[in-house]
Amino acid sequence: MSTADIEPDAASAPPASMKSGGRRFGDALFNALSVGSGLLIFVTLAAVAIFLTLESLPAIIASREFSGSADFSLIEYSLPLVFGTVLASAIALVIAIPISLGIALFISHFAPRRLASALGYMIDLLAAVPSVVYGLWGGVWLVPKLEPLYVFLNTYFGWIPLFAGEPTAPMRNLASASVVLAVMVLPIITAVSREVFLQTPRLQEEAALALGATRWETIRTVVLPFGRGGVVAASMLGLGRALGETMAVLMILAPGATFSLHILEVGRHNSIAANIASKQAEASGVDMSLLIFTGLVLFVLTFVINAIARWIVARSGPKS
Amino acid sequence: MNVRKNKLVSLAALGLVGGLALSACGGGSDNGGTDGASDGGGAAGGYAELSGNLAGSGASSMQNAQTAWTESFMGLTQAEGGDLTVTYDPTGSGTGREQFLSGQVQFAGTDAALDEEELTKSAEVCNDSQAFDLPVYISPIAVVFNLEGVDSLNLTPEVIAGIFAGDITKWNDPAIAESNPDAELPDLDIVPVHRSDDSGTTENFTEYLSETAPDAWTHGPVETWPIDGGQSGDGTSGLISTVEGGNGTIGYADASQAGNLGTAAIQVGDEFVEYSADAAAKAVDVSPREEGREENDIVVELDRTTEEAGVYPIVLVSYLALCGSYADSAQGEAVKAYASYMISEEGQATAAEAAGSAPISEELRTEAQAAIDGITVG
Repeated sequence: MSTADIEPDAASAPPASMKSGGRRFGDALFNALSVGSGLLIFVTLAAVAIFLTLESLPAIIASREFSGSADFSLIEYSLPLVFGTVLASAIALVIAIPISLGIALFISHFAPRRLASALGYMIDLLAAVPSVVYGLWGGVWLVPKLEPLYVFLNTYFGWIPLFAGEPTAPMRNLASASVVLAVMVLPIITAVSREVFLQTPRLQEEAALALGATRWETIRTVVLPFGRGGVVAASMLGLGRALGETMAVLMILAPGATFSLHILEVGRHNSIAANIASKQAEASGVDMSLLIFTGLVLFVLTFVINAIARWIVARSGPKS
Repeated sequence: MNVRKNKLVSLAALGLVGGLALSACGGGSDNGGTDGASDGGGAAGGYAELSGNLAGSGASSMQNAQTAWTESFMGLTQAEGGDLTVTYDPTGSGTGREQFLSGQVQFAGTDAALDEEELTKSAEVCNDSQAFDLPVYISPIAVVFNLEGVDSLNLTPEVIAGIFAGDITKWNDPAIAESNPDAELPDLDIVPVHRSDDSGTTENFTEYLSETAPDAWTHGPVETWPIDGGQSGDGTSGLISTVEGGNGTIGYADASQAGNLGTAAIQVGDEFVEYSADAAAKAVDVSPREEGREENDIVVELDRTTEEAGVYPIVLVSYLALCGSYADSAQGEAVKAYASYMISEEGQATAAEAAGSAPISEELRTEAQAAIDGITVG
């Protein structure tokens, strides 16, 4: 009971102590704790950035770009990985966003309350499944199931570059990885979008209904514009997860290093995180340093994408 | 389904190993003790005197074997009242050798033996003695395939090289049919599957190809698969599940993980040899020692082109790197006892159960034991 000494003081002049603030021991403690936690984020982030930079220096110095003679090039090595990472994540988002919005709207506006809460719970559960399990499920069960779809797309829509090429079984290609990534980012996007849609001012919705709008028109004219910023933020959160996802991609994708758009072909793409995971066990010296450099690239990439997301949210926020 | 079944089987196998290890602790503890004393030569007493910590790191290829070894060895010492902790960190061969040469660990596991420079450098951490290598882990690499209606195939080195280099693309290619007159080979595309991660398995496999079929395989021995694109899998399990997932697929993997897949018999001399533990161990025995090394530094130059009967030449050999002398006598005795255990019949059987390796021959064991006995302590 160390606060006992302070208590009488506070009791004698409660309004003053509340106004002046920060005088009480508890306040000071809480203040220090929260400021400390906030600073810890910066320290951790800085520590990671410094580690990545320092450890990748040997590779940067020895690379062809800097020394002119090495047998590896930073750009040649990392660019295909960046391409694969971004392509897989983008396709995952294209698949996941419409489905997530559908689920979120269903939960917030269409479903009976009891069903809505059960469904919300299940979606959250989906987020708790470890990525290794998604990888196993995708690699063993999903890949053979997707094969007929890929053959169909390749045969009839092969004129679209994305579906062109020669897919060979087993379909451990970028498309399969993207589908599993979509399932993995679904819960995040759904949960955040649902919360945002539930925030829609009741008055605005009722006003729309009173003007004769159908339920769909209400959603289109009121709910969606109101939630746009939130949906963008949700998607970016999902994108962040997709960009950094390692195990699932590693276990599903048969990697390659090209700039091919043919997502049905195996051995064409790889993601940065999966590449690091698969190579680090036997890597040492400059090879390890090169892997860490790609980690730095991913770090910067995520940073840039988050910055873009913030900008979009900030721009679309005040409008609604 | 197959994968799940394999997982179950390997789980069951693990349980079996656990049981064996336990029974070894119970029934065979006397045995192990006297073995340790007599084989260990300089080892003071049995395992009862051993204490402290022993750390090793290195090749991930022998990770499963090392896990089984450390567990059962610590069980043996504890049963006799010793108090020794042995750990093995699968950091990769290169890192393992670095850590060994900087004195961070007392032994290293490595797919490539210490080279001359490293041997010279070892004096700094090895109490002014030189380090040496012992082949403790021999793993046969099987050529596995998944082809409906075909269970076994005879393949020549040229054909294997042609398939993996992408020059032979159909299963009914005359080159394959020639050595398989009885098999019904379909008109199907061959899908070669490689390891997507850097691996000692890939290195040994490509070394075999480049030595036995240098015209068909022009990429040399490499740790990273040299051909862009194509089917691949991460780790042995990833490769196996990729081979299982397609029809007409072919890959290379630790023989113990082949499961229900067909395995190819490899042409050696005039006959075709199926992999087996004996045939793999024999590959090490028929191979000459690398020249210019000390007598205790046992490094084999695998003779991939051998024509000796009953030899399976696609094997991976991992070495144990040890110091010739340890300044800390407790640590030295512990290293000697642990190394003796690894190469002992019991230790090799443990590794075979856990990792599917091929036990080393009696001949090699005698030589390796002599090298271990030569370690001085204090």
